[in-house]
Amino acid sequence: MATADDLKFQEFDDAANLLAANPDATTISIDEPVEIPKNQHSRLQEPGREEDDELLGTDDSDKTELLAGQKKSAPFWTFDYYQTFFDVDTYQVLDRIKGSVFPVPGKNFVRLYIRSNPDLYGPFWICATLVFTIAVSGNLSNFFIHLGKPTYHYVPEFRKVSIAATTIYAYAWLVPLALWGFLMWRNSKVMNIVSYSFLEIVCVYGYSLFIYIPTAILWIIPQKVVRWVLMVFSLCLSGSVLVMTFWPAVRDDNRRIAVATVATILLLHALLAVGCLAYFFDAPEVEIPAPIIPAHNGTTVITKSH
Amino acid sequence: DLWGPLVLCVSLALMLQDGSADSKDDGGPQFAEVFVIIWFGAVVITLNSKLLGGTISFFQSLCVLGYCVMPLTMAMLVCRLVLLVDAGTVSFIIRLIVVGAMFGWSTLASTAFLVDSQPPNRKALVVYPIFLFYFVISWMILTFTPQ
Repeated sequence: MATADDLKFQEFDDAANLLAANPDATTISIDEPVEIPKNQHSRLQEPGREEDDELLGTDDSDKTELLAGQKKSAPFWTFDYYQTFFDVDTYQVLDRIKGSVFPVPGKNFVRLYIRSNPDLYGPFWICATLVFTIAVSGNLSNFFIHLGKPTYHYVPEFRKVSIAATTIYAYAWLVPLALWGFLMWRNSKVMNIVSYSFLEIVCVYGYSLFIYIPTAILWIIPQKVVRWVLMVFSLCLSGSVLVMTFWPAVRDDNRRIAVATVATILLLHALLAVGCLAYFFDAPEVEIPAPIIPAHNGTTVITKSH
Repeated sequence: DLWGPLVLCVSLALMLQDGSADSKDDGGPQFAEVFVIIWFGAVVITLNSKLLGGTISFFQSLCVLGYCVMPLTMAMLVCRLVLLVDAGTVSFIIRLIVVGAMFGWSTLASTAFLVDSQPPNRKALVVYPIFLFYFVISWMILTFTPQ
């Protein structure tokens, strides 16, 4: 029964009175996390709005912090608290992976894809896959490189899996922690427009590692040139995702510190890639046919005796 | 129940022992490593499916994942027998086919059990870790080289 009065703005009555008047009305308790805005945010609606506040993120940061506050309403010792970090559907994970592999210049990965719904599924399973991919590919590539040599005996090199796991998980969690701490510290000194929560940083790092999975598989090819080309290519892609994410967060700061921060991020990322290539993949040996001429030896002897 | 998975896990770990090694660092997985990988992997997958909103119980999922290691344990047995006979390329191809088939069986079996309890738009997110888990176990079996 929608009368004209119902459409006008009405003073909010006391909840008890309203309920007494209409006992069947649906009630929402303010303490519960509100479902609807969260779902709206996770769908990629309003692309026009995204264009406007992509780089600035002024309007968004307020809203995201508000929603972030609403999301973490369960206490951290309950299971539900951790469930909020896995609130992603298949298509969202795939979208985020696509966004990390094809960085669009000018688009911030966090604003575009994470939108205050950081998940732990992506970072965790991408790191796990990367660990095993590197270990298996390294093993395979060593096998193919040394194949045919009479002295070679195949070994599965299982120890390297634990080393790979430690390295990659440490990188994917400790570096974001350090970066987050650093950004928080700078935030207290300089008012930044854009600030990221710890989980969003973990998310960006986790998804940026995805490009290394096909790279590691292609590193089986035992050509040095191919490997280095792949390395540079993947470094550019994932590095650009990181740079475009963190540049807006530091650019308002002192110029030197901003550049140093971004440079450090890239350096650590490169160090990880180079380290993995060097440790897990043996160098393909270049066969140079050695000229075995006895006369050559004779001449050397003669010259030496001079 | 967890007896079945425990028996399977222990027997698989025992069979994977004594993988060849030039030095301590280069050999196949030790017993403890296999054990840890299987149980830790199963726990992580169960946690993952529960966190994504699955309705299956914790131990039920562990039980299913453990029992589905059985085809791979059989593959390990076949591999060991084949390696006793011959260690060349032919045996490798036989082992590859056997392990591949058992890997497919394990993954499909456990997926059939676990996927129904998931919300529909997250099924792939749950299947992938299971795939990775059995892939790693298959890899350990396939790369087993006797002394």
